[in-house]
Amino acid sequence: MNFMFHIGRYFLLLKRAFSKPQKFSVYRKQFFFEVNNIGISSLGIISIISIFMGGVVTTQAAFGFTSAWVPIYAVGFTTRESIILEFSPTIVSLLLAGKVGSNIASEIGSMRISEQIDAMEIMGVNSASFLIMPKILAAVFINPFLIAISMFLGLLGGYVMGVATGAVTSNQYIVGIQYGFMSWKISYALFKTSFFAFIITSVAAYNGFYTSGGALEVGRSSTRAVVWSCILILLADLLITQIVFTH
Amino acid sequence: MIEIKNISKTFGDRTVVSDVSSEFESGKTNLIIGESGSGKTTILKMMVGLLKPDTGQVMYDGRVFSEMDERQQQEVRKEMGMLFQGGALFDSMTVEENVAFPLRMFTTFSEKEIRERINFCLDKVKLENRNHLYPAELSGGMKKRAALARAIAGNPKYLFCDEPNSGLDPRTSLVIDDLILELTTDFNMTTVVITHDMNSVMQIGQKVMYLYSGKKWWEGNNKEVLTTTNKELLDFVYASEFLKQLKPGGK
Repeated sequence: MNFMFHIGRYFLLLKRAFSKPQKFSVYRKQFFFEVNNIGISSLGIISIISIFMGGVVTTQAAFGFTSAWVPIYAVGFTTRESIILEFSPTIVSLLLAGKVGSNIASEIGSMRISEQIDAMEIMGVNSASFLIMPKILAAVFINPFLIAISMFLGLLGGYVMGVATGAVTSNQYIVGIQYGFMSWKISYALFKTSFFAFIITSVAAYNGFYTSGGALEVGRSSTRAVVWSCILILLADLLITQIVFTH
Repeated sequence: MIEIKNISKTFGDRTVVSDVSSEFESGKTNLIIGESGSGKTTILKMMVGLLKPDTGQVMYDGRVFSEMDERQQQEVRKEMGMLFQGGALFDSMTVEENVAFPLRMFTTFSEKEIRERINFCLDKVKLENRNHLYPAELSGGMKKRAALARAIAGNPKYLFCDEPNSGLDPRTSLVIDDLILELTTDFNMTTVVITHDMNSVMQIGQKVMYLYSGKKWWEGNNKEVLTTTNKELLDFVYASEFLKQLKPGGK
């Protein structure tokens, strides 16, 4: 019953958040602010993790493929498939659920308990729309770019690690990452990313917006936002994968 | 003029406000006083639409606010300004951006006109040259003044102040009270102030409503407060040991 209450309230909040903006110029400015806040500021951590994960995947693949029946370029192939299909869209989104999700929930939660949201409401501002819509749109817009960069850096990390350790030659790795390449998988991964971005921002905003109490509750909202975002991302990943790969 | 008619509010099985009616006149500072938990803030929240009354009506110049839908309420709210207990300034914005926020959101003013309005409002609350400071860099009194500047930025018809003196020293409290009175008179606003500060009652209480256990117990002005025979109000007014000595029939 409590679960249904939250689902209902979540969709009602989204309805309020996606009502007509009260002033486009203010919203546009807020959108670009959020693109920077949510997207560009996450680039550093995403780059570091992608390079290292690419290296790790390549090393593990090279270590596992000891049979003479498996061509060595399979290392590049495996790295590409892992990075493009799962690591970049899903694992990086889980990482962003922690970084961006907790940030959004605590920001909006703090505004709630310090009456800043009430202040907006009393001015006649649709606070849900002003605070939430630019965040969701910004994340849905910028996250695919972040993930595309993550894919590139992941493959680059794999190349550097593979060649530096002698696990594969440069030529074998490049042949591997080109082998049986299907471009729709990139589109599929970027679509997933946008969907996950929506989950991260909307779930975090919901938890922040309905915070009540004090600083302790802001912390709890933030934790709840991250936990639920992660669960929903994994669930959505399973469903999207099932739909795309079995139909 | 703001009217509240027979408004009540219950949370669970606890009635916080019970059948309260009153009129708050334009160009006057209307105070709602009472002990903690007497329902003052609940009434204020019902007046501005943050809570919906279980029964009764809130009316702004004849418009039944409490029965409007969200969009209609947003339109009426553009005529309101509110000073919150903690200021409720937007942390991520400077003083100037806070004051400019309602102007950028709801007016078609040019940047030059907005700047002029910001300077006018900050001058009014005697907060010049603090434009670029963030709320975290302001003292308690400055925060209240900046919040007051933001509240009057949109030239509101109705001004609400929720415990404007809480957490302030007596001298700064007087400054804030003077400002509220001055702004109310200058702009002919309908001002509603929630307080339990007796200095404020005496200084700006052009109309005073005393709440007791969620009910309207007494109504009058600041001069009548001291001569009342209402026992509960007398106990409230002369609560401190110092003031007890001034109580009629006291030591």
